[in-house]
Amino acid sequence: MLLGSLLLLSGCSSSTAWGWYVINPWTPAGWTNVKFLIGGMGSTILISIIAAAISIVLGLIVALPGLSNRWGIRLINRIYVEFIRSIPLLPMLFWVFYGLPIVFRSMGLNIPIDPFWGAIITLAISDSAFTAEIYRAGIQSIARGQTEAAQTIGLNYAQTMRYVILPQAVRRILPPLANQFIYIVKMSAFASVIGMQELTRRANELVVTEYRPLEIYTLLILEYLVLVLVISAGVRWLERRMGSDERG
Amino acid sequence: MAETAIEMIGVNKWFGDFHVLKDIDLTVGAGERVVVCGPSGSGKSTVVRCINRLEAHQQGTIRVDGIELTDDPGSVAAIRSEVGMVFQQFNLFPHLTVLQNLTLGPMKARGLPRSEAEDRARMYLERVKIPEQAEKRPGQLSGGQQQRVAIARSLCMEPKVMLFDEPTSALDPEMISEVLDVMVELAEEGMTMVVVTHEMGFARKVADQMVFMDAGEIVETGAPAEFFEAPKSARCRTFLGQILSH
Repeated sequence: MLLGSLLLLSGCSSSTAWGWYVINPWTPAGWTNVKFLIGGMGSTILISIIAAAISIVLGLIVALPGLSNRWGIRLINRIYVEFIRSIPLLPMLFWVFYGLPIVFRSMGLNIPIDPFWGAIITLAISDSAFTAEIYRAGIQSIARGQTEAAQTIGLNYAQTMRYVILPQAVRRILPPLANQFIYIVKMSAFASVIGMQELTRRANELVVTEYRPLEIYTLLILEYLVLVLVISAGVRWLERRMGSDERG
Repeated sequence: MAETAIEMIGVNKWFGDFHVLKDIDLTVGAGERVVVCGPSGSGKSTVVRCINRLEAHQQGTIRVDGIELTDDPGSVAAIRSEVGMVFQQFNLFPHLTVLQNLTLGPMKARGLPRSEAEDRARMYLERVKIPEQAEKRPGQLSGGQQQRVAIARSLCMEPKVMLFDEPTSALDPEMISEVLDVMVELAEEGMTMVVVTHEMGFARKVADQMVFMDAGEIVETGAPAEFFEAPKSARCRTFLGQILSH
């Protein structure tokens, strides 16, 4: 259907309302534009992957205190999750990019934050609150008897987590974690406002010079669509592989 | 301390307001087999779970092999290394093979090299008569086989004491005997055992001491012969009448 509507739209390109020529890969000018737009793909993917990797580790570190028997320790988890979760992404991005270097300077540190790392830090921290909740739910869903059995064969807390609980929990939380990764990919578009040359930024820049927002943003949306579909397929493959591992 | 494996003196425990264990005194000698029975909710599982600190008691003293059980993680670890436990629900690790279930403890908690841990695991699988299932996952086994794997997993830690918390209650009837057979053999080899069970045939065969619990108290203890033939308390008579009548 998508393809059909595209054909329909391109059929209208002779009318003044449409200007698909601007991204027509079979003309030299159009091809240059398409290459420019797709050229942002690398940054979008790189930012998303690094942010997700940090979030997966950070989320676990945040989740574990939330499973403690002691309320004081659980409180650390609650405060982090509630606080981070309440900050909209764009203000956090501004705070990290414009504000954090000032915080560093006041501490006598000279750590510049470029758009690339500004985007990664923001996405990772923002996402980690959600990842932490996913971990907590996943770990809590593993029956209490598993922990008890691990204790009776002498495993300590870290060993119980590593060898018994997490391998089982990860299988269950993979779908929601994949969801979060898709969310990160999409939210990485915000990095455009601090000047990161990713997909959305490039589309914006091209719109300014070509003045063809409809066509360019349509292609932009399709770029995200392809990216997300590829991720979904990858996760399904991973789930199948892990599922067959656990079967029986 | 001549040959006392487990000593519980004046043990009390509450779940919130609920007084689940009331002044429990119990002594289990080394090599002795104790069978604990009683109606559900009587606290018999809790007694067993207190012995390896899956539940913490609030009053009284518990000693295992002379080590007193306290909040100190060292004492908990020391006692757990001497005490094996078999659960009603098996609690095998579903993501690991049978062999990996058996080698995990020896390798990670004891630092045994893999080859040695696997040799030991295969030896105990032989003992529970399922050496051919080593590479399968728990989900591929019957309930009776799973419970035998669970027993082997505990034995791989070479404990001095084995606790059984209703080991056959989750099993289909035709699988109960294969698990009990393994437990009888274990008893004959001289293992110290505390068994919570309703299997009175098993109790008659292996128990040195019967313990009857009701409402959080130890109501009656005694050698199986007198316990079954001439129970002293009315509560125990009623209970035995109920479970032995069919």
